[in-house]
Amino acid sequence: MAAIIELENISKHYSPTIIGVDNVSLTVEDGEFVTLLGPSGCGKSTLLRMIGGFEEPTAGVIRLGDQDVTLDPPYKREVNMVFQDYALFPHMTIGENVAYGLKTFKLDKNTVRTRVKDALTLVGLYEKVNQRPQQLSGGQRQRIALARAIVRRPKVLLLDEPLSALDAKLREQMQIELKHLHEKIGITFIMVTHDQTEALVMSDRVVVMEKGRIAQQGRPQDLYDHPATPYVANFIGTTTFLPGTVADGADGVATIDVAGTRISAHPEIELAKGATVTVGLRPEKVKLLAEGETAENELEGKITEVIYYGLGLRISVALADGSKIDADTLLPDKLSHSTLPQVGAPVRLGVATHNIFVFEGKVTP
Amino acid sequence: MARKTPSLISRYGADTGFMTFVAFLMAFLYIPIWVLIAFSFNDSRSLTWPLSGFTLDWYRKLAENSDLHAAIGNSFYVASLATVLTLLVGVPAAMVLHKVSFPGKSVFRRLILLPITLPGIVTGISMLNMFKLMGFPLSLETVVLGHATALLGVVVTQVYARLQRLPKSLEEAAYDLGATPWRTFVDVTLPNIRSAIIGAGLLSFVLSFDEIPVTFFLTGRDNTLPMYIYSTMRRGVTPEINAVGTIIVLLSLILIIVAVVAGRERKK
Ligand SMILES: Nc1ncnc2c1ncn2[C@@H]1O[C@H](COP(=O)(O)OP(=O)(O)OP(=O)(O)O)[C@@H](O)[C@H]1O
Ligand SMILES: [Mg+2]
Repeated sequence: MAAIIELENISKHYSPTIIGVDNVSLTVEDGEFVTLLGPSGCGKSTLLRMIGGFEEPTAGVIRLGDQDVTLDPPYKREVNMVFQDYALFPHMTIGENVAYGLKTFKLDKNTVRTRVKDALTLVGLYEKVNQRPQQLSGGQRQRIALARAIVRRPKVLLLDEPLSALDAKLREQMQIELKHLHEKIGITFIMVTHDQTEALVMSDRVVVMEKGRIAQQGRPQDLYDHPATPYVANFIGTTTFLPGTVADGADGVATIDVAGTRISAHPEIELAKGATVTVGLRPEKVKLLAEGETAENELEGKITEVIYYGLGLRISVALADGSKIDADTLLPDKLSHSTLPQVGAPVRLGVATHNIFVFEGKVTP
Repeated sequence: MARKTPSLISRYGADTGFMTFVAFLMAFLYIPIWVLIAFSFNDSRSLTWPLSGFTLDWYRKLAENSDLHAAIGNSFYVASLATVLTLLVGVPAAMVLHKVSFPGKSVFRRLILLPITLPGIVTGISMLNMFKLMGFPLSLETVVLGHATALLGVVVTQVYARLQRLPKSLEEAAYDLGATPWRTFVDVTLPNIRSAIIGAGLLSFVLSFDEIPVTFFLTGRDNTLPMYIYSTMRRGVTPEINAVGTIIVLLSLILIIVAVVAGRERKK
């Protein structure tokens, strides 16, 4: 695979104090589905808009294919964007909207008509060709915006939070549809989102951003299983953090004192004896132990809260030293009240050694 | 149920009160116009009630009055040119205000508004001074310049306000789809601010058409319609004036209808 987009030390400083993007380097392979993920204000849109040509980087180089496009205006780049508000032209019909991007190609009328028809058929809305954007629902407008962008057959399709205006059900459906569309047309997709589920479901690679920089990038499952920092651990999935001290850090296995208990973990970093660390536990990897059941690592505490969320329960537990962790249990059977964990009851929690994250230093994200 | 009745009564009462108020307001606004129209068809020179009989004499007299014809022609000439000029300057000015950010932008925006907030007398006198200094002879063209200056603020504010409401992404989408800035302006921006431009143009035309103070200082030998009416009025209100007024009311009505039809956003 060849690189289609190369960002080299890209920065965007709106002013000396307002930094949108800070020294980002990123390579996107041809045909890849890459997602820029991060909280509000972390610079994802700014980065995407610089690739599209709507913002000029204050430093760095952007290459498309093997061309330097850093200073090219949007209308000279073989890149198209699906805008968050769709930006359909209200004074044109759906057909005119989709055909607009073909105007500059100077194609004959029949070619334009077939390409518009193909694009609209691809998103399943050819029957709306003579209507106006105002007559369509949010989800339909979203698809038209997609059709309008892909009808030009760009090298890269940029999507800025394309699904954020849709309701939850439709969003889930569109996530799958977009993924299929990507597989079908083979164009490189770069999407921006602040929704981690969306990122995990759709992308080949997720780029987690933090304050204008890349915090970590990788395949969804790698980010989920091997977060490099507490920030990433908490952004991809949920993690509860406990402060700890290294009791012994010999090759690959460490014993750590946490909340008055000694646990063992496989840290991905070298740890010196006596070092302060932060231990991260995913609620779904923490098990509520039944009487007589044992686990590699065990923690004891009292239940402080039980939250029911349909699929299962999230149980908050206060440990002996007062720190709190969460444990999820699935409910494969219908609830019977007698088996429901009770607030105030003492519990034992079990965690497998390979499911424990260890981060350097004392951090509370 | 028992609690509902009084509130219903009081709401009915409030509605009647409001409707009465609206009725008075409409009467206050429109009765003078109806009186004017009625007297223009009255077959007596004196403007006294009751009306004595129906006649078209005053309109016939208008048809023979060549001074009046010249004044109407001048007014159309001035209003049309001033409107075109103010649009030609005002629309690009609004675009610049919208697009470009530069230090002192808000000051510049208020400066553009100054001519319309200043009393016409001030605009008139200052422009008169300027023309005198430059050795410009006064004519209908100097009136056009004066009106265009005074009306610039109307066009800029209306068009600028519309541009502000236009999502930025619309123009960006056009660039993204391969349109140059000029094509984007023609294909996307212009159609979306069209009604604001038409509205501002019609308003400018009407304001210029019945403008007196600026015209008073800047005109040469030629008279516009309001100036002509004003000068004949010194001999008192005549039925001819009422007839002219009626025609202006009719024309304004047509203009308003044109404005509403042309300015309607296409919803379908
Ligand atoms: N035009 C601008 N002028 C000045 N600062 C800006 C501008 N656009 C963005 N910023 C700043 O740059 C930073 C990154 O903004 P950006 O829009 O890229 O965030 P984002 O990650 O897309 O957030 P969101 O999820 O809220 O859209 C923010 O701190 C923002 O205030
Ligand atoms: Mg954004």
